[in-house]
Amino acid sequence: MKQKLPLTSAILTNRFERRTFVLGMAQASVGALLATRLAYLSIFENEKYKAASESNRVNLSLIPPRRGWVLDRNGAALASNRADFRVDVIPDRLVDADDTLSKLSGLLGLTADKINDIKDKLDKARGFQPVEVAAKLDWDKFAAVSVRLPEMPGVIPQRGYSRYYPTGPSVGHLVGYVGPASAEDYERERNPLLITPGFKIGKDGLEKHFEVRLRGVPGARRVEATASGRVVRDLGTREDVPGQPIQLTILGGLQDYAARRIGLESGSVVVMDCATGDVLAMVSMPCYDPNSFSDGIGRIEWKMLSEDDHVPLRNKVLRGLYPPGSTVKPLVAMAFLEAGLDPKASVNCAGGLRVGNRVFHCWNHHGHGSTDMLKGIYQSCDVYFYHFAQQIGMDKIAAMARRLGLGQEFPMPYPGQSYGTVPDPAWKLRKYHKEWAIYDTVNATIGQGYMLVNPLQQATMVSRIASGLQLTPRLILDKHAAPPPSMGFAQDHLDLIHAAMNEVVNGRGTAGKARIPIENVLMAGKTGTAQVVGLQHGNGKNVEWKRRDHGHFICFAPFDKPRYACAVAIEHGGGSPSAYPIARDVMTYLFDPAKAMAALEELEQGWGGNVQQRMATRYNAFAAQYGTSAPRAPDEAQASKVVEDENKPAPEPSAAQTDAAPPAPEPDAPTPQPTPSPGTAGGPATPANGGQ
Amino acid sequence: MRRAYIPAALSRQPWGVLLPLLMLVLFGGAVLYSAAGGHFQPWAATHVARFFVFLTMAMVVARIPQDWFRRAALPAYGALCVLLVLVELIGGIGGGSQRWLNLGFMTLQPSELMKPGIVLVLAWFYSVLPTGETRTWRALAPPALLVGFPAAFVMLQPDLGTALAICFGAVCVMFLAGLPLRWFLGAGGAGAVIAPLAFFFALHDYQRKRVLVFMDPESDPLGAGYHITQSKIAIGSGGFFGKGFGHGSQSHLDYLPEAHTDFVFATMAEEWGMLGGLFVLLVFGLVLRWGLKVALRAPDRFSRLLAAGMVATIFFYACINMMMVMGLAPVVGIPLPFLSHGGSSMMTNMVCIGTIMAVDRWSRRGATGLS
Repeated sequence: MKQKLPLTSAILTNRFERRTFVLGMAQASVGALLATRLAYLSIFENEKYKAASESNRVNLSLIPPRRGWVLDRNGAALASNRADFRVDVIPDRLVDADDTLSKLSGLLGLTADKINDIKDKLDKARGFQPVEVAAKLDWDKFAAVSVRLPEMPGVIPQRGYSRYYPTGPSVGHLVGYVGPASAEDYERERNPLLITPGFKIGKDGLEKHFEVRLRGVPGARRVEATASGRVVRDLGTREDVPGQPIQLTILGGLQDYAARRIGLESGSVVVMDCATGDVLAMVSMPCYDPNSFSDGIGRIEWKMLSEDDHVPLRNKVLRGLYPPGSTVKPLVAMAFLEAGLDPKASVNCAGGLRVGNRVFHCWNHHGHGSTDMLKGIYQSCDVYFYHFAQQIGMDKIAAMARRLGLGQEFPMPYPGQSYGTVPDPAWKLRKYHKEWAIYDTVNATIGQGYMLVNPLQQATMVSRIASGLQLTPRLILDKHAAPPPSMGFAQDHLDLIHAAMNEVVNGRGTAGKARIPIENVLMAGKTGTAQVVGLQHGNGKNVEWKRRDHGHFICFAPFDKPRYACAVAIEHGGGSPSAYPIARDVMTYLFDPAKAMAALEELEQGWGGNVQQRMATRYNAFAAQYGTSAPRAPDEAQASKVVEDENKPAPEPSAAQTDAAPPAPEPDAPTPQPTPSPGTAGGPATPANGGQ
Repeated sequence: MRRAYIPAALSRQPWGVLLPLLMLVLFGGAVLYSAAGGHFQPWAATHVARFFVFLTMAMVVARIPQDWFRRAALPAYGALCVLLVLVELIGGIGGGSQRWLNLGFMTLQPSELMKPGIVLVLAWFYSVLPTGETRTWRALAPPALLVGFPAAFVMLQPDLGTALAICFGAVCVMFLAGLPLRWFLGAGGAGAVIAPLAFFFALHDYQRKRVLVFMDPESDPLGAGYHITQSKIAIGSGGFFGKGFGHGSQSHLDYLPEAHTDFVFATMAEEWGMLGGLFVLLVFGLVLRWGLKVALRAPDRFSRLLAAGMVATIFFYACINMMMVMGLAPVVGIPLPFLSHGGSSMMTNMVCIGTIMAVDRWSRRGATGLS
């Protein structure tokens, strides 16, 4: 109806007034809406936004706690902390990674392979996981980075503490190493400390096992910072609480000495206290340097370690399994005695023993003549043991082996020890569904065949034989531990075995050169040469390194009042002569450190320096040869996995053995020349038993 | 109310609006003083000084006779269009994105002046349009062209906020001019259809992103949602009484972006709380109410539409800015009148105020002073 009416100016004015009113109302309701919204934000959501504003304003940065020290029995540091300056980058905050890295490399003097290592880590790092660029910087470099921070977002220089292992590789397998937490670690723990630059967690060994105790409580620094991260003022700092120390039974000096004394060989040394079972030294060499491992594993170092056939990543003390060879003979003799065998009972050794229509040879094909127990041990006559083992039976021998610690797992703070095999007829039937054969007994009594032990078990065995006490290896110092119980052996049995073992070294035995150069201290021992499982080529000496015989030596001193027991195992050393000179010098160190050290220093001159010097030489050779072309190092997670895999228990042979192993020779023969392994940038080879 | 000892020229001024406005500007100066970390430079001093310069200008504008306005409407519009094109060309030649002219004491964006310009030219158009034509296409097509050209040009710059402001002022004038209601309803319906299409085809990526992030600021708290998130934190953390003058951590620690321009309301609300926000709303309410009252009292169609259009322009600024900082509208670069630091917007708003004051004068011709 309105449309029919002509529009007049009055109608338009009226319409204007109405519409102005509508517009005014609309504006008023927008005003009301805004006021409501304002009230909602500032009253009802005030708490939420206040918190958000505070978390904007206040920047909380964690201060990594100082890690607890690892101490030796006298309180000397095996692992400590060193104040240092370090530089990290946070991948998420980097704007131009390449540009920043090239600036940093200029300021810090980083080499090309180091830059590549950092780039690898940056590629893998997630979010705010910091990546270490350099640590242990001097003040000048640190200051140079600090003043140029505004040009390099994402770079974090800070002063903190880094883990320091004063004796480096000597304690690598013993203590383990630390490293930045992996993504998996963070997933598991969800602790912001783990992604704090400079914080490291235990990756292996004691560092990993005692992580909770060693870690401590982080400190915190609260600052007011701008959106771009510039600190406006300090709001306060809470000091960190350092982690608890752990005191080990280890004797630091001895540990280092033994590690150095192993020299170019691949092997292990365990020294135990005969009164308590305290482990005084537990060395596996060669080893990585936990200092440089803790700084992050570089590609050159990784190549060097992973290509070394001396398996530096494996802790041979706990995870190396070897046929013990003739070192089981005192044990077998003990079983004979316990079974009632008269030690005077003798057998004529003509170089072999005929059983039925087979002849089992003695290592000495010329024969030992009439042999009783004493001579059987010190001359290591195989025929004596073959003969009486047939009479006594394998079950008694196996029981004695277990009683003395073989095949047993000890409560050591390391994951997964290999505890080897002590075979007996029931075991063979269970495992291979085959009857026990004569040759099985023959093998077992000379420590070959199925018999496999690790060096810690060997040390435990000899310490139990030496002391007659049921010693259990102990790594954590406990001054109030209960004294170990007796084994229950008859003293005259022990005396006989001790006398025989004394004869091995100090009399007519197989290791005359193992006599220790100390007045009034006589060391008793037993040699052992074991053939490499499944490799029966040549005589185990003048063949390639991998096929040479293992050398063993177990000993204790003083023989009449045992204080220390020691077991040495040298992989592919070419027989026991590679082992007992090391045992002799390590034992000498316990009684006269200066004399032992003098002998060692002379040896090291021939080897091309001490462990660290040789590793440095080798590193430089690798760096010169491969430089940046070395394949990238695995990240920390993968590396610790590889280290773990190296240390998995060795599998038992899957096929049953079908024959007797020919006994390895046991003479006090000239030592073969230890050939440097491929890639070892060592000096000229010298006899391992030098410095007699 | 008139007092003999007050000069007529002074007493005739609309103090009921000028005093609240002055308080708002001084308040803005205080906020800018704090935002600069307790310094008059670089923002607070120029802010207040500019206000007085433009207040003088507004008073001069207020004395211009209606006739001049009518005669200047079309030429002024034309000149602004030429300036828009010129600036665009200079910017294009310079290779940069310069969209302003440097006048020495301030930089001038012609697109800013186009906001009151479009209101002026449309008010003139409808005042000369024969009454009977209001329902025909002749009431729609020429204004559409008048709006379309500058709006499209500003949109191309690209400056979505200003383009919207121009369109909003124009639509308000057309609405108040009495165009049939169903046109607006139809346009609204069409807009509902076109908006999604425009969203996907006409908007720039960054504008599209702003809209998306507006829908869900938390989706991108460090990127495009950062502005809104930080602004809400600033306002919300202020509470009722605020954190106190000079204690706004969001603005002082640079978490709040554009703390002295587009997000000045958040800077203010953090330190002065909801109380400060209500004060700002109150002053805007007073100014707008005064403007609409002037429009209703205006003597003729031209001045009515002119005054109401100016009110709509100021309203649009304030409304969109405050909705934006409180997370009710997408982030478009529109400053808050009288609080944000910036010469162009201050000038535009004071031109609007001056024009309304002029309309006020015309309606009181012969009548007595303060209402």
